[in-house]
Amino acid sequence: MTAGETGPMLLRVEGLTLDYPLPRERLLAPAPRFRALNAVNLHLAKGESLAVVGESGSGKSSLARTVLALERPTAGRVEMMGQDVFALPPAGLRALRRHAQMVFQDPYGSLDPRRKIGWTIAEPLDALESGVSAAERKARIAEVLDSVGLKPRDAERFPHEFSGGQRQRIAIARALITHPDLIVADEPVSALDVSVQAQVLNLFMDLRERLGLSYLFISHDLAVVRHVADRVAVMRHGEVVEEGGVESVFNAPRHPYTQALLAAVPRVGMPRRRNAGS
Amino acid sequence: MSSETQTSALREYWQRGRGQANLMIGLAVTLTLVAVALVSLVWTPYTVSAIDIPGKLQPPSADHWLGTDQFGRDVLSRIMAGAVNSIAVSLVAVGIGAGIGVPLGALAAARRGLVEEVVMRFNDFTFAFPALLSAVMITALFGPGAINAIIAIGIFNIPVFARLTRAAALSLWKRDFVLAARVAGRGRTRITIDHILPNIASLLIVQMTIQFALAILAEAGLSYLGLGTQPPNPSWGKMLNEAQTLMFIAPQLAVFPGLAIMVTVLGLNLLGDGLRDLLDPRLRRLR
Ligand SMILES: Nc1ncnc2c1ncn2[C@@H]1O[C@H](COP(=O)(O)OP(=O)(O)OP(=O)(O)O)[C@@H](O)[C@H]1O
Ligand SMILES: [Mg+2]
Repeated sequence: MTAGETGPMLLRVEGLTLDYPLPRERLLAPAPRFRALNAVNLHLAKGESLAVVGESGSGKSSLARTVLALERPTAGRVEMMGQDVFALPPAGLRALRRHAQMVFQDPYGSLDPRRKIGWTIAEPLDALESGVSAAERKARIAEVLDSVGLKPRDAERFPHEFSGGQRQRIAIARALITHPDLIVADEPVSALDVSVQAQVLNLFMDLRERLGLSYLFISHDLAVVRHVADRVAVMRHGEVVEEGGVESVFNAPRHPYTQALLAAVPRVGMPRRRNAGS
Repeated sequence: MSSETQTSALREYWQRGRGQANLMIGLAVTLTLVAVALVSLVWTPYTVSAIDIPGKLQPPSADHWLGTDQFGRDVLSRIMAGAVNSIAVSLVAVGIGAGIGVPLGALAAARRGLVEEVVMRFNDFTFAFPALLSAVMITALFGPGAINAIIAIGIFNIPVFARLTRAAALSLWKRDFVLAARVAGRGRTRITIDHILPNIASLLIVQMTIQFALAILAEAGLSYLGLGTQPPNPSWGKMLNEAQTLMFIAPQLAVFPGLAIMVTVLGLNLLGDGLRDLLDPRLRRLR
């Protein structure tokens, strides 16, 4: 990674607004729209971890997808390493993607069942870095597999041969292979067994320490947030209603919604079942 | 994929597939059909179009197992050669349908928007005409003949594959492993090739088997109407047509080609069902 291009802020989100088109109700009427994000402002410094919490449907995944330019916003900006993501030409956006990768919620859906682990892990490498020799590619795959506690020979196996926790490790390995600065993790442990949740969370913590990663960490488990994040943003109906240091927000929530959210936690550390959302 | 894991995957399919009656019967019928067609290329009991007027309309006998037709031609030989005709027409027609329909459907799913709108309206347009009717229209425009029949059946197959591909691809585009590929900077064409098509391949294979059966029926139908294969080339549909006027004198002339069509179509449908159960058990529950 070249220095120079990194500004003080790794990620800056300004006035981000996202409308989803809904199916037309009448043939000639304009398609109705649903506002999933409404003027969201966020920032994230290098090495910092920001958690996003909020109830199901509050727009957390939409935020994650828009930050990584998988959705085009209706208004607002996403600035990564000082560059406006949506103003970049395709080649510039691809160059940025090396620095920002994603881990998904469902480890059963995020790995192509027809591809070997090694292929899947190397996909960002193959797509984003050119001139990587076969030997280096192999070494990089082994390196990230090792980082997440798997064996180099696991590269030759298929996803169905792994447990949920192992699959999530594989997904993390894929996110690590381009040596990114930012990892956007959309509820990365909520689909896992409780015992496995702790292991995977510890892996996140450990990697952050070793590699100096920043996380945009989405969760609706407040105990998890306390564990991994420096700051937390609380979302409701597509808006950030409160944002601040984890301790200050949790100990002295200012917004009534945050207070309600905190009061609704049954017991810290208990697994919470995911609501059946969109 | 390495050839080693492919062999072991094949072995696993064989282990599971062996217990499926529909698959095994379908496979047996299909392989028999192919074998008969191949044999007829090098050998038939009699020359396929050899006319022998004195020996016409014979009932089945030791000399002519399935009898002879109104020109004294050996029915068994003509049915064997007809298998080649049916397979060739269906193979090319389904090839045209899948070859054009699958890329169109994949394109519609990958691009969305106006491209999708145009592709799907084109599909609706083609689909609006009943298969046989559109084939009749095409042959009426361009004249009868095997080639035009192939094109007509092929065109009818395009929207079938385009729709199936689009629907299956659309649901895949929402999957996280596709989003992950997008985060990895892969373009839409590359994702279609790397992730979408491999994941709908089994679905397409099953559909091809079923379309193959339909194409055999369509070819027989067109030839029966005199719009497909032209005499003296053998075709099951044509044989039925010629048998029609002799129904009361020599009913066996209609029975044998009819049986050939029925058994083939049934076999292919069983094969399609069996493959579906084998490759994608989830689809079975949806039905
Ligand atoms: N592609 C889409 N088209 C239309 N509406 C959508 C689409 N994706 C999401 N939505 C809607 O936008 C809102 C926010 O969805 P989003 O998935 O971002 O919420 P979330 O906070 O991640 O929820 P969860 O905790 O259930 O994952 C929801 O009301 C959802 O129904
Ligand atoms: Mg979500």
